[in-house]
Amino acid sequence: MTTLPATGVMTLAWLLLAFPTAGAAILLIGGKRTNAWGHLLGCAMSLASFVYGAVILAAMLGYPASQRSRELQVYTWIPSIGRFHVNIGLLLDPLSICFVLLITGVGSLIHIYAVGYMGHDPERRRFFGYMNLFITAMLLLVLADNYVGLYAGWEGVGLASYLLIGFWQFKPAAAVAAKKAFIANRVGDAGMSLAIMLMFATFGSVTFTGVFGAVHSASNTVITAIGLLLLLGACGKSAQLPLQSWLLDAMEGPTPVSALIHAATMVTAGVYLIVRSAPIFNLSANARLLVTIVGAATLLFGAIIGCAKDDIKKALAGSTMSQIGYMMLAAGLGPAGYALAIAHLLSHGFFKAGLFLGAGAVKHEMNDEIDMRRFGGLATAMKITFVTFTFGYLAIIGVPPFSGFFTKDPIIETAFDKGGTSGAILGTCALIGAAITAFYMTRVMLMTFSGKRRWEDDAHPHEAPPVMTSPMVILAIGSLCAGGFLMISNRLIDFLRPVTGTPPLAHGFFSPLSWLTLALVVVSAGFAWAIYGRREVPVTAPRGSFVTVAARKDLYGDALNESVLMRPGQWLTRLSVWFDNRGIDGIVNTIAATMGGSSGRVRRIQTGFVRSYALSMLIGALLLVGALLLVRL
Amino acid sequence: MMAHHLVLAGSAASNTEVVTWWVLAIVAVGAALGMILTRRAVHCAILLAVVMLILAGMYAMQGAPFLAFVQVIVYTGAVLMLFLFVMMIVGITASDSIVETIRGQRLFAGLAGIGMLVLLILVVGHATIGAAAPSGLRNSASNVQGLARLVFTTYVFPFEVTSALLITAALGAMVLAHRERTSPRPTQRTLSRRRVASGRPTPLPGPGTYARHNAVDMPALLPDGTQSGLSVSGVLTTQDLQARRNGARAITGETVGANHADDNHEEDR
Amino acid sequence: MISPANYVALAAILFVVGGVGVLVRRNALVVFMCVELMLNAVNLAFIAFARLHGDLNGQVIAFFVMVVAAAEVVVGLAILTSIFRARKSASVDDANLLKY
Repeated sequence: MTTLPATGVMTLAWLLLAFPTAGAAILLIGGKRTNAWGHLLGCAMSLASFVYGAVILAAMLGYPASQRSRELQVYTWIPSIGRFHVNIGLLLDPLSICFVLLITGVGSLIHIYAVGYMGHDPERRRFFGYMNLFITAMLLLVLADNYVGLYAGWEGVGLASYLLIGFWQFKPAAAVAAKKAFIANRVGDAGMSLAIMLMFATFGSVTFTGVFGAVHSASNTVITAIGLLLLLGACGKSAQLPLQSWLLDAMEGPTPVSALIHAATMVTAGVYLIVRSAPIFNLSANARLLVTIVGAATLLFGAIIGCAKDDIKKALAGSTMSQIGYMMLAAGLGPAGYALAIAHLLSHGFFKAGLFLGAGAVKHEMNDEIDMRRFGGLATAMKITFVTFTFGYLAIIGVPPFSGFFTKDPIIETAFDKGGTSGAILGTCALIGAAITAFYMTRVMLMTFSGKRRWEDDAHPHEAPPVMTSPMVILAIGSLCAGGFLMISNRLIDFLRPVTGTPPLAHGFFSPLSWLTLALVVVSAGFAWAIYGRREVPVTAPRGSFVTVAARKDLYGDALNESVLMRPGQWLTRLSVWFDNRGIDGIVNTIAATMGGSSGRVRRIQTGFVRSYALSMLIGALLLVGALLLVRL
Repeated sequence: MMAHHLVLAGSAASNTEVVTWWVLAIVAVGAALGMILTRRAVHCAILLAVVMLILAGMYAMQGAPFLAFVQVIVYTGAVLMLFLFVMMIVGITASDSIVETIRGQRLFAGLAGIGMLVLLILVVGHATIGAAAPSGLRNSASNVQGLARLVFTTYVFPFEVTSALLITAALGAMVLAHRERTSPRPTQRTLSRRRVASGRPTPLPGPGTYARHNAVDMPALLPDGTQSGLSVSGVLTTQDLQARRNGARAITGETVGANHADDNHEEDR
Repeated sequence: MISPANYVALAAILFVVGGVGVLVRRNALVVFMCVELMLNAVNLAFIAFARLHGDLNGQVIAFFVMVVAAAEVVVGLAILTSIFRARKSASVDDANLLKY
């Protein structure tokens, strides 16, 4: 597929970035003067980007499918240094426009929601500044036409994520979580930057067109290496194994942040990276296999964690990991799965954002209580929240006609279609994951909204204000319709085909496998109802089996990091400090002390008495004459 | 002329010359040893004069009459006078204390001296110092003319350089000896105020006024018949004191007045 | 005639005596005098060598030594008086500020 220069409305595509940048700059530089209207500006800038993105989409749909990929050079960022030069250019193609609309659309809804959610926070203006900063960085990430620009956005979203996780930095847990997220992401970013360097060393270019055009000339080893390094970067940003540990702690941030950054958009950047780098992964079966393994492992890992968490946000975070695992799995399946990954990503953006906003509304009304064992019976108290949350719930477990059914089942089927042992294993994992998803989401629903009221007496939950509920309603509608809209008659797959090359779906939506999936989901949900719906939920958590204990501890992910990385690092640091103090400083100090001590003694020779000096001169002369005599005579 | 005579005598009467030389040498070494043993600087200077004069004689004995005279005139005459002059400024009574302050200095100085002496004697003994060259060569012209020819031909450049050295040294000495005024010069006003403030605006009484003698060491008599110690110079009363300590009779007849002056002097100290 | 060796030996003795004087005496004036003694001893040796070689070069050197010694004494004594003016002491041990 060729990339054409941008025409028409697309020539102003830089406005997409300019709006949120202006918002962030005004809010962060303007300071307290903008407190009164700052949140409105933030929403307006995000909405402006969304509207303009929709206009571009309309323009793009006006072109024939082969001409939809358009490029806009904005300016030269790094002029030629040897062969290295980077232009900031925007690539407008079906893939990036999907992300633009998801980011700005869901982002705008969450901005609006946050107006209510953060209403009592004195720092609401700063919050909106950071959110706009995030929108900017994320748009740069998906719009850049080269890997360096993508990397700039990549780091930008990392920064925004750090700032927003630690937004309430007076809470030690939030500050620590922010640092943890930053460091874990740094590991992935290192892989990402290495991949870019390797690309430049191999192809002499960092643009998408330059790299993908030359990709056939490189050896398979190099391609695999680049693929694995990109996968490392994706794992960091998307909280996939083995860099998953930061996402659960990231829930310390305000709930809109969890919804936008740590559920709907930023954490899916890894999926975008892999789909965008499709020409590289298409050439390396090994790299693709590893992507599928990571995805399958993470989808089970996240799902198991989600089953044991009593903190509603952490349960949803486990679910996010799991769903991104599905996307990674799909992306690792090659051309057949790329569009499915994006489709699931989009529908997940709707229903997971909706779920998080619902959880945020509950938390907001329950005096910041997040322990589900202290909820219960909220269905009557918060009707709109209950309904929207239910839509999200049905979407995620994949009940037709909700979104998840249309986007998740094709992934499972495509995994089985891969064939061979690996296809069977991956498909089975995905199938089991779907069942576990049904279990833990039912658990969340039941513990939160049904049963007896277990909340404290001083909590008076009632419905959230309309500014919060209206985004939830819109997202619930999205959860209902998005999947069907995107997938029926291969609409999204056809749209993305110029970029991903995904063939139309092989099966109908109601194949035997999808009936099996649905049956498993129903059984699993019934099992959950048997445990949490029929019986009373204890306010204090029971000890549970060793699996439960392990899942509560994030399946020992942190313990592993601590014992494998942190403690040896500490030992190494202590050893270095000891060596520095005793070894290097020791040598230097000993020399210095010896010098100092000996000079302190030697200087006593300088008595200041001329006669002593004269005596030493005479003795010296004596020795000289003596030596002369010895030599001469 | 004396030098020529000595040289001629030496060649004629060798025994006399040998005896003279040995006597002079022993006296010179003795005087040099005395220099480092005597306590008072004045004695030291006189002993140095003795050594220098003997050396002048020895120069003459070796056919260097010009240097012998220069030795007498410049060294004994000028340099030693300069020493004595400075000694007058520093204090003629200045003498070293017996106690050595630097531990081991005397011992090591003595050892080093003996070592040096042994070494030098060894060198001199080992060197083959033959007899003197025939005297005809150096007596071909007169000594002064020969020296002058060398100084103004071969050594003319070093000679001119020494003139620069001497001028520099003279200027340096003047600069070093010059005392910079650190306070403004007192005006007549300040002098008169100081005099009134001192409690005695009038001049001191002159010596010998109304006394039986008019010598400078006679204290003046005040109208009530008592003696004024202020009328006699402090230097004279010090000399009186010393004279009395030495058992000699005081110069003045008026011992009472001298005592009175002494007391004042003591108090001033 | 007395052998030049005798003169040289006498010069050595006087030189050493002067040197020891420099080391043991504390009055700066006496130290100076001992230095002069050493210079004179050297002059004596020069003149003895002049006679030994039968020419006048040694005597010229001795002459220059006298000139330099005169200059040295002038400057040295000026320094001595200025030190005495400042410290009221002619002892070389008292001028020991340049020490540890």
